[in-house]
Amino acid sequence: MEPWIEPAIRLGFPLALLAVTYFIGSTVERRHQHNLRQRELRSRNLPALTFATPPADWRIEDSALVTGSVVISIDYFKRFLAGLRGLFGGRIASYESLLDRARREALLRLKESAFEGGYRAVVNVRLETSRLASSTRRGEGTSGVEVLAFGTALKLPRV
Amino acid sequence: MKLSNTETIPGHTIREFYGVVSGSTVRAKHVGRDLMAGLKNLVGGELKGYTELLQEARQEAVDRMVEQARSVGANAVVNVRFSTSSVTQGAAELFAYGTAVQVD
Repeated sequence: MEPWIEPAIRLGFPLALLAVTYFIGSTVERRHQHNLRQRELRSRNLPALTFATPPADWRIEDSALVTGSVVISIDYFKRFLAGLRGLFGGRIASYESLLDRARREALLRLKESAFEGGYRAVVNVRLETSRLASSTRRGEGTSGVEVLAFGTALKLPRV
Repeated sequence: MKLSNTETIPGHTIREFYGVVSGSTVRAKHVGRDLMAGLKNLVGGELKGYTELLQEARQEAVDRMVEQARSVGANAVVNVRFSTSSVTQGAAELFAYGTAVQVD
């Protein structure tokens, strides 16, 4: 065997993994953003408010607790970049985008579950973010971020 | 049982308070799901196995809270809150709590 083959494989594998996950990861992210925009347009008629008390002139027929949640993670390439960012400081755009997508997804699921139950508005919406613990002691293994959206859905008479 | 995260059940009046009720569950992820999620973790995106796991667990926490509320004679729980904490590697505690009340 030629002497350069082994180091080439050792270096080549992580580089190939970075390249592959960069392309797949970007596609996954773009598709998700497109999907979010479509669904946000469809659900804009169902207001989700952070007010605790609904406007006084609403006649409320029924109410229920509704939730929407999602666990999401970024790709290997972006995690690698974020790791480098950690050395120099500054904003980490890939994590900003991840959290933004997670919150929008959780909120959409909340709205969709309210809509399916026949509710027409959600009040007192709260968002909670928690990091999923890694599965190994060294902090490796799968991890992700969970966003939970919850609120009180209201049934209103048709106007 | 009526649940709400506002301080009253909208459209109802609270007649009696029974105090704090809570429910919790600690769940670990299982190997098969973890393996799939590990692969998914490379390309990013939703980890569906975990989303479902946490939803099921949270539902169980809510069920336990409702059970407790029922046992003290309440017919609603208001101001429901959720909290998540990781207790050990690969496990999470899902906790739900609220105030048990009697509404008309």
